[in-house]
Amino acid sequence: MSLRRLTRVTTQAGALVLAGALVAACGSSGPAGGGGGEGGTGQVWALEDAALNPIEEASIERFNEGSDSGELELATFGNDPYKQRLRVALGSPNAPDLFFNWGGGNLKEYVDAGQVEDLTGLLDENPELRDAFLPSVLAGAELDGANYGLPMRGMQPVVLFYNQSVLESAGVEVPQTWDELLAAVDALSAAGVTPIALAGTQAWTELMWIEYILDRVGGPEVFQAIRDGEEGAWEDPAVLESLEMLRELIDRGAFGNDFASVGYDVGGASTILAQGDAGFHLMGSWEYTNQLNDSPEFVEAGDLGWTTFPAIEGGAGDPSNLVGNVSNFYSLTSSSENKEAAREYLSTALTSEEYISDLIEAGDVPPVQGIRDQLAETENGDYATFIYDATADADNFQLSWDQDLPADEATEMLTQLEQFFLGTQTPQGFVDAMSGV
Amino acid sequence: MAVTRQDRPSGWYLAPAVAFFGAFAVLPMVLVVYLSFTSWNGFGFPALSGAENWTRLIEDGRAWDSLWLTLLFMVLTWVVQTPIAMLIGVWAAGHQRNRAVLSSFFFLPLLLSTAAIALLWAAVLDPNFGATQALPFLDGVNFLGNTELVVYTVVWVISWQYIPFHTLLYQAAARQVPQSLYEAATLDGAGRYRQFFTITLPLLKYTVITSTVLMLVGSVTTFDTILILTGGGPGTATRILPLHMYITGFSGFEFGYASAIAVLLLLLGAGLSLAVTSATGFRKMQSQQEGM
Repeated sequence: MSLRRLTRVTTQAGALVLAGALVAACGSSGPAGGGGGEGGTGQVWALEDAALNPIEEASIERFNEGSDSGELELATFGNDPYKQRLRVALGSPNAPDLFFNWGGGNLKEYVDAGQVEDLTGLLDENPELRDAFLPSVLAGAELDGANYGLPMRGMQPVVLFYNQSVLESAGVEVPQTWDELLAAVDALSAAGVTPIALAGTQAWTELMWIEYILDRVGGPEVFQAIRDGEEGAWEDPAVLESLEMLRELIDRGAFGNDFASVGYDVGGASTILAQGDAGFHLMGSWEYTNQLNDSPEFVEAGDLGWTTFPAIEGGAGDPSNLVGNVSNFYSLTSSSENKEAAREYLSTALTSEEYISDLIEAGDVPPVQGIRDQLAETENGDYATFIYDATADADNFQLSWDQDLPADEATEMLTQLEQFFLGTQTPQGFVDAMSGV
Repeated sequence: MAVTRQDRPSGWYLAPAVAFFGAFAVLPMVLVVYLSFTSWNGFGFPALSGAENWTRLIEDGRAWDSLWLTLLFMVLTWVVQTPIAMLIGVWAAGHQRNRAVLSSFFFLPLLLSTAAIALLWAAVLDPNFGATQALPFLDGVNFLGNTELVVYTVVWVISWQYIPFHTLLYQAAARQVPQSLYEAATLDGAGRYRQFFTITLPLLKYTVITSTVLMLVGSVTTFDTILILTGGGPGTATRILPLHMYITGFSGFEFGYASAIAVLLLLLGAGLSLAVTSATGFRKMQSQQEGM
């Protein structure tokens, strides 16, 4: 092939590749939003939420009216774009001043990159601020004894929901122990319903199962060792034992045959529970609000039940332990040029009476002390006080692994878990794969 | 009139195109190649890590599975799309009754966004609430949950999405075939099938090549439909290489390793279109209408 011919062919091929790439690229574009800095209006970044964003907006407006330390402004993003955008923005001139996060390992990555301001001093200066929050939740943004964030939304522990009438017609009691859960699974199978609804197209729903089993079997120390990246942490016998118990549950047909194509975002698993096609559904506390919106007659009939995850006999974990989203936190960036305003906002607005009652009214359970009576008076008081008591009594509140582990490890773990649920990965294979990461 | 050098437009006319191509095509490609030799999680600056990403890519079984799956998708989507697109395209180039009405139905998927198409099919094929479950012979078939069936489901959805585009190419090309060739063939006694295979098909040769290259390159760049429809699952049953790159880069935030996969895709796409164009004589662009 002559050089000229090669050049021409390459150019043609290149042009076609580009045409394809351009067509593909047209589909995606980042969210629009303002960058902050330069001492102007301070930027507050949060996750999109139709119910909570107006409350956050109102709180910031109240602050702007009454403060002379500077003004703040809220910008919101969808889940995946938010994580990508935040990562790129931190450390750049477009970094926000206050940013929403999940605490734990998710926050640790930002702290390790030197992008987050230590807020311990702020809490020491304002002891009443520290005392206002539930300690187990405030601890979610603590790293090596220093605090890097303050809770700004409700607590979202993972709860075992059930359909009362399905359980009754199969003659099943609400299980308190693992063995009772296994018996319930068999009884529900025999009654011809899917024992447990699972939205298996999204691996984070499967994650809730292994997290609770591992917590009950091995206790919080196993999670801590894995998060800290200790040598051989995944090879802890508790991990393998938990995976084998989960394997047994899957092989019993606990999740039915279709879970691999049931989604959560489209309401699949929730609808299955509400329609009486499944007995249980392990899900974050937000499931209650979803059921209330999508299947109000199911909730109003009193068929939606909830309980904590069963105890496992002989396990090291306390049965009061919870897993899930501890809360969401606002953290301050170290490059912020509006630190004074941001600090004032953090120390006054998040515990203000208006903000807390707005959150409660929206169905959230804020992690602050002394609101039990207020929660009990709300329309869904039974549920709200259950969540409040469960978190206040919890010995430990473990942040979900998909937020707590470093992003690359979490991604690999979710892939392995999906394969594990499909039966193409063994318990030992899972352990080997994860300890190799 | 002899065309002299002075009559041609100045080289500066090329400048906007060169600048655009350089800024949006060459520069990103160079950066991706650079990133593939670094380790970067999005914070701070990429740190050079030598060939680490490349040795990892060679040992990464999942990447090779994804590559194999990508090639399978490439072949299957070509086999499904090409005959259908060609037949509808040639038909739509004619002057039959109701052609305009029916054509607008055939082109409907072209008007829908990728997200809409993926969500639509996810809803139709849902094993619990989908429309397919209401059909007696499809009852109980789990199109998106069965790890073997799901591959063909995705091929079907992607074909449904892109056939109209390729139909459009064939329709335009078929309209260019001179009517006199068919008239001559009819005089010579050739039937409709004979006319299709000896006139239409050979004259569509370059359109077939264009359409093929777009499909092959499309297979190594597209992932949005699959991302929304199955997320690459169940498990990794539909995780083609572009999607593997996306998940590595934007869920795992391993931009260095994801860039190495991107370079592999770039080479694959360029290599394939180069192979197709040179093997078929596409680059010669000879007239196919000698004597016309």
